[in-house]
Amino acid sequence: MTQTHSQRSSFIGRNPSVLYFLAALGLFTALVTVMSEAVGTGLVSTSFVKTLGKTLCLCLVAIAMDVVWGYCGILSLGHFAFFGIGGYAIGMWLMYARTEIIVADSLAGQTIPPTPQEISDAIGNQIFGVVGSSDFPLIWAFADSLWIQLAFVVLIPGALALIFGWLAFRSRVNGVYLSILTQAMTLALALYLFQNDSGLRGNNGLSGLQNIPGFADSGQDMVSIVFFLASALALALGYLFFAWITDSKLGNIIQAIRDDESRVRFLGYHVESYKLFVFTITAIVAGIAGALYYPQAGIINPAEIAPIASIYLAVWVAIGGRGRLYGAVIGAAVVSLLSSWFTGGGAPSIDLGVYTIHWVDWWLVLLGLSFVLITLFAPKGIGGLFDKLVRKS
Amino acid sequence: MTSLLEMSGISKSFDGFQAIKNLSLQIGEPELRAVIGPNGAGKTTFMDIITGKTKPDEGYIRFGEDSRSLIGLSENQIAMLGIGRKFQKPTVFEAQSVRENLAMALKNPRGTFSVLFYRKSAEGAARLEQIADEINLTAHLFRPAGELSHGQKQWLEIGMLLAQSPRLLLVDEPAAGMTAHEREHTTDILKRAAETRAVIVVEHDMEFVRRLNCKVTVLHEGSVLAEGSLDHVTNNQTVIDVYLGRTDAGD
Repeated sequence: MTQTHSQRSSFIGRNPSVLYFLAALGLFTALVTVMSEAVGTGLVSTSFVKTLGKTLCLCLVAIAMDVVWGYCGILSLGHFAFFGIGGYAIGMWLMYARTEIIVADSLAGQTIPPTPQEISDAIGNQIFGVVGSSDFPLIWAFADSLWIQLAFVVLIPGALALIFGWLAFRSRVNGVYLSILTQAMTLALALYLFQNDSGLRGNNGLSGLQNIPGFADSGQDMVSIVFFLASALALALGYLFFAWITDSKLGNIIQAIRDDESRVRFLGYHVESYKLFVFTITAIVAGIAGALYYPQAGIINPAEIAPIASIYLAVWVAIGGRGRLYGAVIGAAVVSLLSSWFTGGGAPSIDLGVYTIHWVDWWLVLLGLSFVLITLFAPKGIGGLFDKLVRKS
Repeated sequence: MTSLLEMSGISKSFDGFQAIKNLSLQIGEPELRAVIGPNGAGKTTFMDIITGKTKPDEGYIRFGEDSRSLIGLSENQIAMLGIGRKFQKPTVFEAQSVRENLAMALKNPRGTFSVLFYRKSAEGAARLEQIADEINLTAHLFRPAGELSHGQKQWLEIGMLLAQSPRLLLVDEPAAGMTAHEREHTTDILKRAAETRAVIVVEHDMEFVRRLNCKVTVLHEGSVLAEGSLDHVTNNQTVIDVYLGRTDAGD
């Protein structure tokens, strides 16, 4: 007779994977730190520290995706849009504050002190000159305040998810129709951002985000390790948060909604509220992950929000294993690191004599093939294979 | 015995097909009632209408002392008023344990945040033990519901209904696919449940209905054909003509 975990009384007892995960993440973080250029031996390059930091953010958005899809059964193909919005929200402050410093420096030599209007115009010119404008659009009204932009990281994805989810769930849009609707949402957002008059520099996006205002003196090696550690902390907290949610009675309800939504209604639960809660809370976490990711990437542009990005997110979770948080982490880490290895020229080309396989061209084929194979032969993903090993031992 | 549920003049048609035609029915509290009828008599639509899955075209349904109208309420609101439903095909949440299934059904606040911050209580645990005992699943509390046998799943679903502490239970073919021994136990559970509340059992199997030993309502083409004791209705000539005489009855 197999027994499920629910008879153990403590949180860790019921979720031993939390402990293993936090230990592994702590060990990994410590190792990277002592090998970094900033504070350690320099074995791990600054650019690779950034890649690893970005990967941790992708793992964070992947566990959010796992909760909304793997646990609650909502196949959202729009969560990367929330990730991007978080990046834009923080990117606006980063770009504004840094441009302000540059402008102040360049105007400092003048004999007549510049008026606030002159400073504002100069900053506007610097930021929006590239799209032929110098006026600040309304959405930049709070770009000078770090705290307000940080609040936007949480509030804008949250509000968008709340409104979108409320409209979709109350009309009982389900399954593939909901997926298509979320794709439409990301596409609409990306198309809007691509316009030059969107107020967010069109297809140029926001750039120079790796230069953190106020930290001009510390080099990128230090900035990278700080963001790496912050990303690791965010992932650890996100993992604990979602483990707590899925372990609670609400976790039971959302899994029940995934398996048989109408039955849950007849039990007296208002299914739409639960879906809306999960959709919104995961969108907020996606926004936070994006806000940590883009300063490490240095640039954000509308292509990041393209519908395909959200589909990749679902692919990571499927490959890693739905319905288990560590599965999402494994999927996001393995696939995104492999992806940058293959497409970044890391993988050696294979010369077949008549044809040379350049991985830049063939990586997507390989990814698609592994997705099909995993769906066919290991529907529970890499995480599912883990479960089998644990059960055998 | 006061009337708990009163349906009057209910009609419903789907794309021109009249599934329910001027149906009127009353049930008291406590009461055990069997609803029988051939395929297409409107038994499932009848339950769908009470539980809010289907909105009737005409008629009214009143529930409880304050004669609250059920029409226009959503499924979860009706469930919270105290109407529980068991489906024909056992629908339990197979990925979760028997205990988790029962705990979800247990009568507790259903709001998103009260569920998120819900803490297990000794009282709830005792109630779960008691229900598990009643449905013969005490030994299986920590097994995933998907591993149970067909009959055990049916019991689990009845147990989930009991956990909801409803005033009215709608039970669709509880004995389908059960062994003779399991049927007997199911009869006992339903009879005991009906001592304190109203229970409506929709059933095909005449032998099972006979064992329930209660008032029977015969549905035919969406309205009530006959009502009374099983002997009374089985001696009714129209019932014999439309139902009992047919070869596909009692499958």
